[in-house]
Amino acid sequence: MTTRASNDAFVEFERVQKSYDGETLVVKDLNLTMPKGEFLTMLGPSGSGKTTCLMMLAGFETATHGEIKLDGNPINNIPPHKRGIGMVFQNYALFPHMTIAENLAFPLEVRKIGKSEREQKIQRALDMVEMGRFGGRRPAQLSGGQQQRVALARALVFEPELVLMDEPLGALDKQLREKMQFEITRLAHDLGITVVYVTHDQTEALTMSDRVAVFNDGVIQQLAPPDQLYEQPANSFVAQFIGENNTLEGEVKEVRDGIAVVRLDDGELIDCKPVNVSRPGERTRVSIRPERVEFNKSRLKPGAHTLKAEVMEFIYMGDIFRTRLKVAGNDEFIIKTRNAPDQVRLEPGAQIEIGWLPEDCRALDA
Amino acid sequence: MTDIAQPLTTADGKPLKGALMRAQARARRRAFLLVLPLLAFILITFVFPIGQMLYKSVYNEGFTWQEDVTTGDRTPIMTNLAAWFDANPPGTEPNEEAYAALAADLVVLRDLKAPGQAGTRINYELSGSRSMFTKAARSANKLEPPYKEAILDLDKDWGNPDLWQAMRGASSSYTMNFYLAAIDRERDADGSVVMVPENRQVYVKLFTRTLTLSLLITFLTFVLAYPIAHLLATLPLRHSNLLMILVLLPFWTSLLVRTTSWMVLLQSQGVVNDALVGMGLLGDENRLQMMYNRTGTVIAMTHILLPFMVLPLYSVMRLINPSYVRAARSLGATSWTAFRRIYFPQTVPGIGAGALLVFILAVGYYITPALVGGADGQLISNLIAFHMQKSLNWSLAAALAALLLGGVLLLYWLYDKLVGIDNLKLG
Repeated sequence: MTTRASNDAFVEFERVQKSYDGETLVVKDLNLTMPKGEFLTMLGPSGSGKTTCLMMLAGFETATHGEIKLDGNPINNIPPHKRGIGMVFQNYALFPHMTIAENLAFPLEVRKIGKSEREQKIQRALDMVEMGRFGGRRPAQLSGGQQQRVALARALVFEPELVLMDEPLGALDKQLREKMQFEITRLAHDLGITVVYVTHDQTEALTMSDRVAVFNDGVIQQLAPPDQLYEQPANSFVAQFIGENNTLEGEVKEVRDGIAVVRLDDGELIDCKPVNVSRPGERTRVSIRPERVEFNKSRLKPGAHTLKAEVMEFIYMGDIFRTRLKVAGNDEFIIKTRNAPDQVRLEPGAQIEIGWLPEDCRALDA
Repeated sequence: MTDIAQPLTTADGKPLKGALMRAQARARRRAFLLVLPLLAFILITFVFPIGQMLYKSVYNEGFTWQEDVTTGDRTPIMTNLAAWFDANPPGTEPNEEAYAALAADLVVLRDLKAPGQAGTRINYELSGSRSMFTKAARSANKLEPPYKEAILDLDKDWGNPDLWQAMRGASSSYTMNFYLAAIDRERDADGSVVMVPENRQVYVKLFTRTLTLSLLITFLTFVLAYPIAHLLATLPLRHSNLLMILVLLPFWTSLLVRTTSWMVLLQSQGVVNDALVGMGLLGDENRLQMMYNRTGTVIAMTHILLPFMVLPLYSVMRLINPSYVRAARSLGATSWTAFRRIYFPQTVPGIGAGALLVFILAVGYYITPALVGGADGQLISNLIAFHMQKSLNWSLAAALAALLLGGVLLLYWLYDKLVGIDNLKLG
């Protein structure tokens, strides 16, 4: 996925802080710039401040400090209804006493748009989400997925340039969620709208976004495109939070030529890419993705460090094999291999040697 | 697949429906036994007394039967007069024959020691006639033909056509006269229904007053309760619990205490007036009259009935997700539009429930108007109580109460037509 970036910032958070009780900061010094047309996801565990950021952007919460700009204009003092931002809520928030068509008419009526134009826009918006025939129904008569589509159509019907989505797919089952993920991305790209999407589901974040901002403890831990986020996590939190990750703890022995040699706690040496370690003697957590672990020596660089491992458990998962190993005292070390015809099935109890390319093994903060 | 034409049967060939009935009969019997105590309780304490009350409003045997309190023997009275009324149409001038019948009946009354009872019954419709009966019965033995002159000699009011109309009405145990009286109507000498003289028209005026005051009180509780309920529903639980206790506190104190504290506050030498005079806002000579009149009734009842409006509103508002209003705001609605078009319509079931509850309670309210209402603030229930306790005209009290009940049911029906009873949320 490429970033359709233009240079001028469309949404901007400048040194934004938020506190509810005057004692603790929910959002700490947030700086974020989004170009027009970007699909940005705020990802993080609950309580990490991502929804607060969204609410500040929508105007339902005021920033305690700092400035939020939309298209270059500060919006801190603009009430929500004048911001012209579409929003999709977690529970859809379809007005229960109105029909679907009336729900969609609401934003157009308050904008004093004439009846014929209104009906045209409603029909177009409903057709867009394939709900054209449901205008006369009430929200309670629709399934969760249908309500979700209507909520989306309602947020888009007044043609906002920025749309916020607060965990919109949280209540749907897996299959429907995957379908909607695809549809939302397609709609966002087709309409060229800028989207800020909040979720705690990393798969959703990775598959939908141009860029993902990983939140923890009120701070953006990393802001990067999905592939970069997964393959080059900037710190231990991101490495742990995004995808499956193996962690080995140790101490930096030396750093040279872009390679850090780490002495693990059991004395073994491995080669890593130093990410946020620089000096020998520093504590570090080494992170390796399960699918980047290699036990076929011929695929490793000559002279690369290897580790002894004992196979603990072999799990057949259909498309992949998942093998649990005991490595350097860590018996939760997972490797994943593709189910290919020539693939080896490791037996529990077997002693093997594992290794990896130094760039796949990242020495992060302890 | 089973054949569709054949009724389904169980494995051993018995009809499936019968088997199902038998299987469920036991559970149904047990369920019925569980509700039986409640059913009996409602029957004894609710359905039966209301039925009796309704019966009393159309049935009164004060002028037809005498019951000996000690033996329980029942003797018919006023039979001769009843026979004459049957033979002659309403409006017939009472002749000698009629007076003879009256004289004979008076003798019976005297022997049974029942002139008071019969007189009271006539007194309901024509005040001052009770003493005529007791006086006439005392000298009933000495009456001699021609009876008309003899009786008129005792009291010339015996010739009053209204009295004869009243006796005609009372000579049958079943009568609609109490209902007529309850809406300020009576039968004139010819038996046609007319309004009672203006100085005796009470009930219609009181019904109207009860209705308007109840509507006013309902409206006031709504205006006061809506923001409170909204606050309760939106505040964090910690604060809303405290506020809820403040709302419920008056609910837990005795009704009498609450009413009397309003008396302390609002009377002309009371706290509010003293404060106003003390601040110089009011001259000492023109203190506000807020007690023992309509104002007092409205203020005290609004306060007392407030929780009945707050609670249904609160229970409805608590379930309205704040994201509805947020959604409306994000879609471009001002906070007023969001309230008017999104929030308010969703609170209508609570408003309906609260209004219905408060209105029905207000219509039948007794103790507060009795204590703080003065002459001007009395409601229909106070008059019903008066007829139950003071004038002992239970039939009229029953007729008034039945009209009140009918009115409330009518309003309930109207509410169902307009808003829909399934749109009602009490909690």
